[in-house]
Amino acid sequence: MSISDAFTPVEGLVGGALIGASVWVLLFGLGRVAGVSGILSMALRPSTPGAERPWRLAFLVGLVLGPVAVGAVWGRAPIQPSTTSWILLIVAGAIVGLGTGLANGCTSGHGVCGVARLSPRSLAATGVFMAAGFLTATVFRHLLGF
Amino acid sequence: MRLLQALAGLGSGLLFGAGLAVGGMTDPAKVLAFLDLGRAWDPSLAFVMIGALALAAPAFALTRRTHKPLLAVAFAPAAAGGVDRTLLVGAAVFGVGWGLSGYCPGPALASLSRPSWGLVAFLAAMVAGLLASARVARMLSGREDG
Repeated sequence: MSISDAFTPVEGLVGGALIGASVWVLLFGLGRVAGVSGILSMALRPSTPGAERPWRLAFLVGLVLGPVAVGAVWGRAPIQPSTTSWILLIVAGAIVGLGTGLANGCTSGHGVCGVARLSPRSLAATGVFMAAGFLTATVFRHLLGF
Repeated sequence: MRLLQALAGLGSGLLFGAGLAVGGMTDPAKVLAFLDLGRAWDPSLAFVMIGALALAAPAFALTRRTHKPLLAVAFAPAAAGGVDRTLLVGAAVFGVGWGLSGYCPGPALASLSRPSWGLVAFLAAMVAGLLASARVARMLSGREDG
């Protein structure tokens, strides 16, 4: 295995630090954990109390506008379209939604916030989804050539 | 109060989206180049995680010495319960979807300002899966009891 020419360690660390700053704002502002699948799910569910919805919708608006701001300041296009077939993207989307709903969290809620506070549930979930991600991408995309 | 909460949500979302964009996570091919161990490896995603954890870990440590957040009555408690089947099954299912597509919920939503049919299909299926997950979770925990 060789290291790709596309490896960007500095941008990775800076981007990660911005995500960490986002965790600070939500935690010390609202007492909440920055987990995207949970925020999306609570924003969409009809059973969510009225007062619980606005900050979640605002977070989602910010999430979409953040990369736009980066593109304007940086002069690069950070968002790249997927080259995966749309049928495979539908299947992947359905199981990403189902899985993060069952696990009560995704890469942000479990992988960043949960691991940061050493939650046993999040450490277990992160180990499992990382292993499944590596295995699936390596076998399905690489060995089977999808 | 609710306006300030929404502003905090917006600010947190902006930082989160900007971090994903700077870190290269809004390019699914870059995520797949991390998860696919069979070709030239791009470890950038690990650096995003390290950068995020470096800031998030002290934040959660500091909540133990902080009375309450600025704009809410208390810090939201961590999810109750231990490592159970629903959590592990969900994390595995999510990891498979992530490895197939290179999208997890945050980057997929953060890419919406540059929509493609594949991205929209992924997000629609993800929302459907997320909303269906409560019912599937009841089935899984029901089997656990019986």
